Amino acid sequence: MYHTIFNQKAEIIIRTHAEKEFPNECVGFLYGFEQNGKRTIELARPIANSKEGDQRRRFEISPIDYIKAEQYALTHQTTLIGVYHSHPQHPAIPSEHDLKQALPFFSYIIVSVIDGQSDILSSWRLNEEKNIFEQEF
Amino acid sequence: MATLIIPTPLRKYTEDQATFNTEATTVGQAIKDLTQKYSNISPQILDANGKIRSFVKIFVGEDDIRGIDGDNTPLQPDTIVSIVPAIAGGSSNF
Repeated sequence: MYHTIFNQKAEIIIRTHAEKEFPNECVGFLYGFEQNGKRTIELARPIANSKEGDQRRRFEISPIDYIKAEQYALTHQTTLIGVYHSHPQHPAIPSEHDLKQALPFFSYIIVSVIDGQSDILSSWRLNEEKNIFEQEF
Repeated sequence: MATLIIPTPLRKYTEDQATFNTEATTVGQAIKDLTQKYSNISPQILDANGKIRSFVKIFVGEDDIRGIDGDNTPLQPDTIVSIVPAIAGGSSNF
């Protein structure tokens, strides 16, 4: 069972980004910290979906954006703690593709967007065996 | 010394260290130094033959070493080396 707190300001950024990019998937990074097994997500930073082709069902993060994200964390005394993305016209549940691509440790926030309006938002973490997503909230 | 930035998902293998400094003069030697100090990180980066795994990218500054000289890519004392995991996903199962 994970203990993860989610900052409301970060939630607003994610929902606004998801609605702006609809019908495409949005993507961004999550920053925060972990103390005594308790994780706090305090910042969301939108980035470009670098997936070539259909972005309505897929997202990718470019290596350069990943490098910049780690450097941002180092210079701002925070930790890159996860990734968010949207599921346009789909539920906020990880797909098989999400599972295949995921990394342990990261929180994966998914927000469903239905007809342009953000809906259910959930967060998931891959177990150490890399075969199951466990829900954080 | 060149500096390697460890991606957060791999920091559990580096005693939570975010960076690793090395006197190595090539990328391959720098990765070798890292995996010698933190042996548990090795399978996350290298395959059984000691080659960098296909889904892990190594960048020197903002350049992929595959476009330079691979493992033999030279390092300067102020070079920043990034280990970059592939990050992707999406709503469709297929």
